[in-house]
Amino acid sequence: MIFHDEPIPGEMLPVLAGHSSAGRLERVLRAGHFAVTSELSPPDSADPQEVYVRARVFDGFVDGMNATDGSGANCHMSSVGMCALLTRIGYAPIMQISCRDKNRIAIQGDVLGGAAMGVSNMLCLTGDGVQAGDHPEAKPVFDLDCMSLLETIRNMRDKGEFLSGRSISSPPKVFLGAASNPFAPPYDFRPHRLAKKIAAGAQFIQSNYCFDVPRFKEFMARSRDLGLLEKVFILPGVGPMASAKTANWIRNNVPGIHIPDSVISRIGGAKDQKREGQNLCVELIQELSEIEGVSGIHVMAYRQEEAVADIIKRSGVLQGRTPWYPGRDLKLAGE
Amino acid sequence: MYKVRRWAVRHSHFFETFYNVFEKALVKLHPLLLKIGYARLDKPVAKLEQLCKGLLFDCKMCGQCALSDTGMSCSMNCPKNLRNGPCGGVRQNGNCEVKPLMRCVWMDAWQGSQTMAASDRIFAVQLPVNHALQGSSAWLRKVRDVVQQQHEPTPK
Ligand code: SF4
Repeated sequence: MIFHDEPIPGEMLPVLAGHSSAGRLERVLRAGHFAVTSELSPPDSADPQEVYVRARVFDGFVDGMNATDGSGANCHMSSVGMCALLTRIGYAPIMQISCRDKNRIAIQGDVLGGAAMGVSNMLCLTGDGVQAGDHPEAKPVFDLDCMSLLETIRNMRDKGEFLSGRSISSPPKVFLGAASNPFAPPYDFRPHRLAKKIAAGAQFIQSNYCFDVPRFKEFMARSRDLGLLEKVFILPGVGPMASAKTANWIRNNVPGIHIPDSVISRIGGAKDQKREGQNLCVELIQELSEIEGVSGIHVMAYRQEEAVADIIKRSGVLQGRTPWYPGRDLKLAGE
Repeated sequence: MYKVRRWAVRHSHFFETFYNVFEKALVKLHPLLLKIGYARLDKPVAKLEQLCKGLLFDCKMCGQCALSDTGMSCSMNCPKNLRNGPCGGVRQNGNCEVKPLMRCVWMDAWQGSQTMAASDRIFAVQLPVNHALQGSSAWLRKVRDVVQQQHEPTPK
């Protein structure tokens, strides 16, 4: 899809009526297309090229990429820094904001800074505990929680006010996202928590790795009963597991990830485990895309980023659409 | 104490009823409290509050009590200080991501809230914590809020 008003990289698209951001992700979702987002893991480096190289592998296959904010409580290049680099050449990052490392003063400053650089999507997270990462001795901040963070940014955008009530002369026009984990207990509270997030301002949701499709279906059915599906775009998370061993390690060491035994034994039983992990991922995407209320997919392929394009292609969910990337239109014109 | 606070959650309905009566009584006492002066009362009342609520709920004296909204499970005991529900890291056995030996505060909150009369209060979005209120009396603040609302009912 080519918008008639494609911008010069780094310049903003106009905000369409009924939209809250100028972003492509919001446009794709509101136009009813199946959206694809992915996770861009930040480098442990000050070299901008490393960010660009990592972003480029998704070219033509994603509508947005999450610039993660110290995910797993590990230290990497900041999400604001990555977004600065990405927006410069026109990419549409989803700026993750975690409550773990910054208080409300720092966060609101980053929201304005991010929006000024052209970040149109922000994802509000509580964040993993510091015990999960490489700096367990750090002071956890958690001044806000993901819910009050959503509300804070929504008020900045819609009321033009800081949390303190002081006014903002040009509010940040952002599309607000949140995470959801239907796979962690208390299961019957999860749909209600989704309702709270929507009430606090969430417009799109990315979920944790979804391997347990029946559990996810149950979550979606309960969310539908609560009337939530019309109010939010839901993108379940998926990702290829490199081997049964990795899957097992992730299950035991990364907070909030539930991988059923059947998945581990299926991958472990295959000759080419890596390939089997990818096959499973393709199947999951296809299966999830059929579920009522699913608007897209969020692919987290940590250390297998180069496989994302192939996975998306094989799943067929883009239905021939080529998401924008720097230079796409020249390339398409040349073909 | 961990054991006591888990017991309190199991009896959330009793504490809800008790607190509602207690709050009404305090509101009745408002003219007297006003006479003595809220500012002067804050310290001793906060001490008393800390004693009772500390014993029963492991209260952290945030000064803006939300126990009635959180199934009588004090959400300030959550290592992430979440005021709006469980994080995504809750373990499959229901224990906390950060403290593996502790039951997730929000597992208890959800359970406690469902036996309370006002079981839907847990669905309300809570404001960010006002850290300036740390250590002050939430009881007295509540009384003043209630009295103020009685005098100037908000339109809507
Ligand atoms: S698991 Fe529960 S108690 Fe632990 S940090 Fe998450 S919400 Fe808080």
